[in-house]
Amino acid sequence: MKEYSAFDILGPVMIGPSSSHTAGAARLGKIASEIAGTGFYKVVFYLHGSFAKTYKGHGTNKALVAGILGLDPSDEKLRDSFDIAKSKNIKVEFIEADLGYQHPNSVKIVFKYHDKEDFYVMGSSIGGGSIIINNINGVQVEFTGAYPTIILKYPDRKGVISVISSILANAEINIATMRVTREGNIATMICELDSQITDDVIKEISNFKDLAYIRFINTRRS
Amino acid sequence: MFNKGSELINLCNEKQAKIFEIVIEKEQKTSGLSYDEVIKKMKETLEVMKSSATSALNKEIVSVSGLTGGNSKRVQDYKNNHKTISGEFINSAMAKALSTSEVNASMGKICASPTAGASGIVPSALLAAQEKLNVDDDMLVNALFTAAGIGEIVAKNATVAGAEGGCQAECGVAAAMAAGAITEMAGGTPSQALTAASFALINIMGLVCDPIAGLVEYPCNLRNASGVINALISADLALAEVQSLIPFDEVVEAMYKVGKSLPESLRETAQGGIADTPTGRKLSDEVIK
Repeated sequence: MKEYSAFDILGPVMIGPSSSHTAGAARLGKIASEIAGTGFYKVVFYLHGSFAKTYKGHGTNKALVAGILGLDPSDEKLRDSFDIAKSKNIKVEFIEADLGYQHPNSVKIVFKYHDKEDFYVMGSSIGGGSIIINNINGVQVEFTGAYPTIILKYPDRKGVISVISSILANAEINIATMRVTREGNIATMICELDSQITDDVIKEISNFKDLAYIRFINTRRS
Repeated sequence: MFNKGSELINLCNEKQAKIFEIVIEKEQKTSGLSYDEVIKKMKETLEVMKSSATSALNKEIVSVSGLTGGNSKRVQDYKNNHKTISGEFINSAMAKALSTSEVNASMGKICASPTAGASGIVPSALLAAQEKLNVDDDMLVNALFTAAGIGEIVAKNATVAGAEGGCQAECGVAAAMAAGAITEMAGGTPSQALTAASFALINIMGLVCDPIAGLVEYPCNLRNASGVINALISADLALAEVQSLIPFDEVVEAMYKVGKSLPESLRETAQGGIADTPTGRKLSDEVIK
């Protein structure tokens, strides 16, 4: 049986009106932008299902924009996120879309850059402010952002899993979950951890050769 | 640790402790935080609740969609200027419940208790009881742990999501949490606290979730106002030693079964109930476009 904290029941402290359509949307935006990386000049949100139907009344649009600007779901600046985006010269666009067989509260967030190709992240808000990220640039993934997370893409070869796990073990970081998938010869590893990722670990893993993509997400659900 | 109401009562009896003491101890164990840290965190939660429960009393706050707003102030003004039917205490509690509801719908800061849609009930019930019992904020913080313990049992054995169990799982559970917390704060035993929680759930068993346009506004705000009253009277019934014939755990299970047997149209889809009235549909068309 899942254990709850008193602050799961009396919480989260959040900007209303809906934990799934507002707080969850802000978290989706925030984690997506951490995965994509900064420097984007425009973000397009493809809203699916209930997100598409009710996003204006729930402030889902404002929450998503607040998220990509790095604001937390409890930040009262959330409702002014459009103005903040404007002042930072970041354009936003909302498109109602059918993303296929997805949870009803899903969004595909496309980040546009001047100097590199588009980057997209897809995720769902699954209730109570919790989320799942399920696609990064076409690669199926599944993680919640509730834990510090390492995302790696690399040409598949022997021994990577054991090297990563020993780097983490040496730093006394426990692995909560580890998933590795492969498309073609490119492997994607998602590793959720029980404690924050230290600078030394980031440095050591970044030294790996042939990494196609690497991201460290230290946000923890407060 | 406890998963059931019966286990919680056994723990209270074994340790000669109140519910809130058991819940605080468990929170310390699972989070690794000290007693002071856990209390401090709940104090911050209480501050958010106080602010949301009072900020719409004297200022008209309108929702993002424009569908609702200003009701907290209406009730507050009415209470201050008229001879009311149900009295100052009840009207004051309703105004506070509406306040949090309106803050929530206007993209203000609230604490989900246990959800955003039902977030008006626990704060208003506790603040009303605080006035009546003349207790300090430390007692309210303890009461919030009692409320969290009761909510946790429901979350583990049933649901607190309207999409899964209807409004009884949101406003019903919020009222149950508040009823139990007030009962304990007023000097009731742990058993009486769970009896109060049972009454609150029984009183609204089967309540559907039918928000107009799928927005957390109407009838949500009305059900926050009636939910706080449900909490207050359930606490009084239990403190008066009215006996609950059905144990809390069985009431929770019944609530879950009822929730699951509700058609999907009555579980937060805006396809039934008040949302599916001709006027409800018309209002929905107006706010959604």
